[in-house]
Amino acid sequence: MRFAPHTDADVHEMLDALGLSSIDDLYAHIPAEVLLDRPLDLPESVSEMELLEDLKALAGRDRHADDLVCFAGGGAYDHYVPAVVWALAARSELQTSYTPYQPELSQGVLQALYEYQSMICDLTGLEVSNASLYDGPTALVEAVNLARAATGRNRVLVAGTVDERYVETLWAYGRGAGYEPEVMPAENGVSGVPDVRGDAACVILQHPNASGGLEPAREVFAAARAAGARAIQVFDPLSLGVLASPGELGADVAVAEGQSLGNHLSLGGPYLGVIAARLEDVRRLPGRIAGRTEDEDGNLGFVLTLQAREQHIRRAKANSNICTNQTLMAIAAAVYLAWLGPGGLREVGEASAAKARYAAGLLAEIDGVALAHPGTPFFKEFALSVEARTPADVRDALLDHGYLVGPATPEVLIVACTERRTREEIEGLARAMKEVLG
Amino acid sequence: MRGAPVRTGDPPTAGLLRDLSRPGRRASSFPALDVPQADLPADQRRAEPPPLPEVAERDLVSHFTRLSQRNYGVDTGFYPLGSCSMKYNPKIADAVAALPGFQRLHPHQPEATIQGALELLWRLERALCEVTGMARATFQPAAGASGELTGLLIMRAFHERNGDARRRIVIPDSAHGTNPASVTLAGYEVAEVPSDARGLVDVSALEELVDEDVAGLMITNPNTLGLFEERILEIARVIHGAGGLLYYDGANLNAILGRVRPGDMGFDIVHMNTHKTFATPHGGGGPGAGPVAVVERLAPFLPSPVVARDDDGTFRWDGDRPESIGRVHGFHGNFGVLVRAYAYVFAHGRDGLREVGERAVLNARYLAELVREAFPLAYDQPPMHEFVSTARPLKRTGVRAMDVAKRLIDLGFHPSTVYFPLIVEEAMMVEPTETESKETLDAFAEAMLRAAREASEEPELLHQAPTTAPVRRLNEAKAARSLDVRW
Repeated sequence: MRFAPHTDADVHEMLDALGLSSIDDLYAHIPAEVLLDRPLDLPESVSEMELLEDLKALAGRDRHADDLVCFAGGGAYDHYVPAVVWALAARSELQTSYTPYQPELSQGVLQALYEYQSMICDLTGLEVSNASLYDGPTALVEAVNLARAATGRNRVLVAGTVDERYVETLWAYGRGAGYEPEVMPAENGVSGVPDVRGDAACVILQHPNASGGLEPAREVFAAARAAGARAIQVFDPLSLGVLASPGELGADVAVAEGQSLGNHLSLGGPYLGVIAARLEDVRRLPGRIAGRTEDEDGNLGFVLTLQAREQHIRRAKANSNICTNQTLMAIAAAVYLAWLGPGGLREVGEASAAKARYAAGLLAEIDGVALAHPGTPFFKEFALSVEARTPADVRDALLDHGYLVGPATPEVLIVACTERRTREEIEGLARAMKEVLG
Repeated sequence: MRGAPVRTGDPPTAGLLRDLSRPGRRASSFPALDVPQADLPADQRRAEPPPLPEVAERDLVSHFTRLSQRNYGVDTGFYPLGSCSMKYNPKIADAVAALPGFQRLHPHQPEATIQGALELLWRLERALCEVTGMARATFQPAAGASGELTGLLIMRAFHERNGDARRRIVIPDSAHGTNPASVTLAGYEVAEVPSDARGLVDVSALEELVDEDVAGLMITNPNTLGLFEERILEIARVIHGAGGLLYYDGANLNAILGRVRPGDMGFDIVHMNTHKTFATPHGGGGPGAGPVAVVERLAPFLPSPVVARDDDGTFRWDGDRPESIGRVHGFHGNFGVLVRAYAYVFAHGRDGLREVGERAVLNARYLAELVREAFPLAYDQPPMHEFVSTARPLKRTGVRAMDVAKRLIDLGFHPSTVYFPLIVEEAMMVEPTETESKETLDAFAEAMLRAAREASEEPELLHQAPTTAPVRRLNEAKAARSLDVRW
């Protein structure tokens, strides 16, 4: 396939206009030592039909959430993506545009981002949001940088129940920025209220946590704020029709993996990083922010605003290096949240929690299976301990019965439910578990 | 193709989604609950429902459809935004990314169930390494800036392993803002090297700047002025001679596809912007993907996990890599974007990719020639895939580069990048890409020349522009002063 429209006549005419005789002449000023003297070692060009067959063959070798019943969690969830979301987000005027550097031609993207930001504020009970970051863990990295800048401190305290992928990501970026995350102890799957000394920049709590458990978030955030640290919550956007919002709980900054807001599982990306904060930190927020303004005739319009925070203005002194973000995923999230409305958001949360509770009840009755954190309330996922086989073995064996669960750690097996899982599927999972362990 | 400015015949504003909200209206529906209600602790429950809009699906669809009509994309028309490679995005790439065997993969699925996806990543890694002259690659970085920081963290890990504490990264004064911002986040300081009279790195200034405190150099080639750094091998010798590493910012990789490889120019680390070079849709600001490829000696430092292929032909995630810098993305990067990049790379193949670069350069050279009389090149050197002109000659009429840009909107085109790179006064940075026809280039050149004539004859046309877009010029000062970033 080729997409350049030039005919041979075009090429000759254009070369003539330049006073050149061949395409090679375009590269005449490049030193011969660096010119590649052979064709690239790649296959020949293929037609669209051949390309499609190649990719269908690859995709056909994968099992996926349509042919397995998906009880997998750990940061990505099989929530329903209504048809309307991508019918709108994939409209090509939005999908094939660049960052809105020319706002007069980008009002659609800019207004959609303003509406996304507004709905994230509605959801979180916080005052400001940006236009998206890459994903949940990198949003946490940015939240930590915000906290370090706001407090002038460098210690980063992380609850022991935060998803290890978030901690690993902090660790990697902290090597450049000059901090090491300190992971605090946990008990029965819940973080204790930490003893925050006066030199912590932030306290990070995931609520619901990595194994779905509900945390004493109000107490943790109060302790953080009493010590002058920023209270950072990693939250689940689809919990917030049911559970108290980060704003209500006393979080200063809230970050989330936004995948479940209308985005496909897609092996882990593209997702979006959600970040919301209090107004006092608006100039410390990273990345793009869409703002409302007027045009010369006084009409409503939107621009990228507070750009003096950003890399293209502040360069080495910018508060983040982010340029390209996940705008289209944020637009999908905006459509999805508006599709849900407050009633739908509550129903998704109630249904996910109810099904998880039902699944936990059935699974924990099986011989050799127990809740890893008995008595700890949870939202839509929970951790199981299994006897006789490793969690990874159990997970793999369940695949043969058509069920996808996980992640599996050396200690526990995570099982998650969304509103999509039916009573019949949950009972089927329990039967399969019995067989696997029987 | 000339893109008509967005004209909908609508009232001047689209109205806010929230204005459509009425209590009790809704779009969503779910099955009746088939299990008992959960008994969540009362003190964990939300007191009030969030005040999200309550809208019918029909109104939701109209609203976002209208928003899309107030936006301009590559599909709308010519989009010569310099440094952004806004080429046509093949539709087949979107179609294959939506195959359930890609789109419906959970990131925690066991490797045995995702052999197709892992093989796709493996093949794409081999192809990108061939294109760049590198040995191994990571797909975790979600965009170019993330790739930059990943590359710098690899540099840091490399020097630290050698017990070699270095503090500075050299970047040219024409560099994109993400370069210095990434340098700071990697814990380094920026050492800026000036451009010479030809718009290229001043090699003698570089020699003076570089010592054993320099961890490396970050540069694009062609550089940010669209010019090929002809002394790149000398530059590499200077940096390597002092023990530093060379980082290739892939923003301009489109220019050299199949002709020059970063590895053959002495680079050690390369990031690619799939949303530029490999035509993955940029989505109005993202998603991108910023794969980072490195030479063999840096492979141990790549983020974990990487894709590995066992002798029996099965693929797996390899996370057992003690020198790795760790995890720079929550999962495996923007996989759905990488599927599109794979489609683009393998659709074109060896000759096709080379032709992409050739036609991109031909188009830029041709367009530069057509407009240079009114908009002279900032540096009179043969441009590669993009060129930087200056609107300085118009300044005497009171017309600025921004005015020309806005007039181009009224004349039916998305403008070029303006006021970048920062070292060029009244910069207009034009990147036509290879997917534009000669007719489009001729028409755009005519529009630029017309704007230049109007600057003398009817400057008000430029000062008042745009008048045909969904909005007139927007008050950015008011946006920042009376901050309104949510309803």
